[in-house]
Amino acid sequence: MLEVKYLHAKVGDKEILRGIDLQVNAGEVHAIMGPNGSGKSTLAQVLAGREAYEVTAGEVLYDGKDLLEMEPEERAREGVFLAFQYPVEIPGVGNTYFLKAAVNALRKHRGLEELGAKEFLILVKEKMKLLEMGQDLLNRSVNDGFSGGEKKRNEIFQMAMLDPKLAILDETDSGLDIDALKIVANGVNALRSKDRAIIVVTHYQRLLNYIVPDYVHVLFNGRIVKSGGKELALELEAKGYAGIEEQPELALTMNS
Amino acid sequence: MVEVMNETDTYLANFELLERKLAGNSPPWINRIRKAAISRFSERGFPTTRDEEWKFTSVAPLLRIPFRPVGGYEVDGLTPSQLRRFTFGELDCIRLVFVNGRFSDELSSVRPMPSGTKIGSIAAALDSHREWIEPHLASNSGCQDHPFVALNTAFLEDGAFVYLPAGKVVEQPIHLLFVSTSSEEATVSHPRNLIVVGDNSQVAIVESYVGLDEGAYFTNAVTQIVAGRNAVIDHYKLQQESMEAFHIATLAVHQDRSSNFTSHSISLGGALVRNDVNARLDAEGAECTLNGLYMAAGQQLIDNHTRIDHAKPHCASHEFYKGILDGNARGVFNGKIYVHPDAQKTDAKQTNKTLLLSPTATINTKPQLEIFADDVKCTHGATVGQLDEDAIFYLRSRGIGQKDARNLLTYAFANDIVSRIKIPPIRAYVEEALLAGRKLSEVQEVREAL
Repeated sequence: MLEVKYLHAKVGDKEILRGIDLQVNAGEVHAIMGPNGSGKSTLAQVLAGREAYEVTAGEVLYDGKDLLEMEPEERAREGVFLAFQYPVEIPGVGNTYFLKAAVNALRKHRGLEELGAKEFLILVKEKMKLLEMGQDLLNRSVNDGFSGGEKKRNEIFQMAMLDPKLAILDETDSGLDIDALKIVANGVNALRSKDRAIIVVTHYQRLLNYIVPDYVHVLFNGRIVKSGGKELALELEAKGYAGIEEQPELALTMNS
Repeated sequence: MVEVMNETDTYLANFELLERKLAGNSPPWINRIRKAAISRFSERGFPTTRDEEWKFTSVAPLLRIPFRPVGGYEVDGLTPSQLRRFTFGELDCIRLVFVNGRFSDELSSVRPMPSGTKIGSIAAALDSHREWIEPHLASNSGCQDHPFVALNTAFLEDGAFVYLPAGKVVEQPIHLLFVSTSSEEATVSHPRNLIVVGDNSQVAIVESYVGLDEGAYFTNAVTQIVAGRNAVIDHYKLQQESMEAFHIATLAVHQDRSSNFTSHSISLGGALVRNDVNARLDAEGAECTLNGLYMAAGQQLIDNHTRIDHAKPHCASHEFYKGILDGNARGVFNGKIYVHPDAQKTDAKQTNKTLLLSPTATINTKPQLEIFADDVKCTHGATVGQLDEDAIFYLRSRGIGQKDARNLLTYAFANDIVSRIKIPPIRAYVEEALLAGRKLSEVQEVREAL
């Protein structure tokens, strides 16, 4: 579904991604781990189409199409979803209006009829149960005045509403207490399916106790330096990233 | 060589024509007020950008057009159905319609009022209500220095007169609809409105200024509001003149003890627009709120000047103006708060926010606090910014197109002011006006669905 080849990206003069190779197939859950500054969030943002990052080399194929050529809204309509590390507060734009506009933009793109107010509400209520969200969040402005936990829950709620093919969760666990973490993880697990691929970007192994990945990749200094199964996450938890940082030659073996 | 008349002379000549036309048909006391006003105007002349109050707004384009005063009442075959788009759907209200500045009996809907209450044309009330009208017109609510107020007074012929005695609550809003029709020649009208609200009385006044067609004309309006003790007045002004029109208007409010005045000024139309709002809190406990929203694009210029006089102690004022400027539009906001030496315990707050949608749009914003008392709370803040790029990306990442995302955020910026409108059909009307062409007409539907 997703093929990332030799991806390089920079912001300003600073090169952040320095040759990422990654293949993700439908039905798989991949975890991308790494220390602060390794490029995890940059990778997530580049895949979603953030213009602040300039891709300098490499390519990304999504369902065989050139993802990097697409506008952010086209990627979303084609089924790419990014759960933001820092969801943006948008005062004055109602959460419900925003969701309906988004759902219908996607439906229109897929040749489906736009949802009316009533059908939309039925869908909303169904998905809200998944995330154990209160109705009041819908009546507020997008993320405006939401707690950290509410914002993250709202991201996964949006994911449930938009039904993406490829979901990228950028540090969805950060700042969550254990109860909120479980709710978010349950929501994500309910959305696992053979047609959907999920990339979980995280600093800590904790989330992976609840969302168990098929593959784990370690990102360091803009490159994936190690890949493995779910046990790799436990290994990292035990040893920390220090071990990885000390063997830069590993990067060469991994990428060649 | 033909001698070129200067712009002031044009108006002076028109004044002479008016005097001749009115000869004998107008009460002498009003003629005196007119004459005093024209001589003030003649001494003062039109403002230039050397005048501090007109520093960023040149009226030169206005002076290039020799506007002709409207001769008499001309309905031009105007029918109620042509006005339907300006009447807020099914809003239950008392409506006074003015066509090119003249009261139209047939287009208005005034219902019988209890004795003592008067809602109608000021021209018709000059004789019957002289004792109420004369002192206010003569005083000009302290706006003598404003050349356009002087001009308005000199050419005073018609407008609305609302008089509520003490203890009167008018349930329906009073809608004053000023319609300009285009004609071969560019015309000028000088509507003059006087609203006197007695002690403990309450009313909502909606002034709207609309152009029926495109075309250049000049509206020079003055509205005076006198709020008695404990009076509660909600005032709305919707300015939707034609895009070639000139609109200069002063709203002067005088507030007595514990009165509460709220103004909502929405400016969307006009080529050159200047709104002055002056509120004088002249007795303890008076409170005023000035909300404003202006939206300009292309070559439009919209200038909002406000002045709040805290003349007595324990008064509060809240001011919140927002502007949205696109294209080459220019905006001016000047908010003066004058706290007189006597006005201890004043609580004044002013906020002005401007959204610039294009790199060539400009705003001149200036808070002006003059404080001559020592125990007061006065704050002001001004921000100028662009749309939040993070928010745009967030919306786009959910499948919303770039243009829609920008429109949605622009609407959200304005909604802060729109949501303060207390009369639902007017709020819906303003929302609609903002959303026109923005493909966001579902907002209301979604809001209601929940």
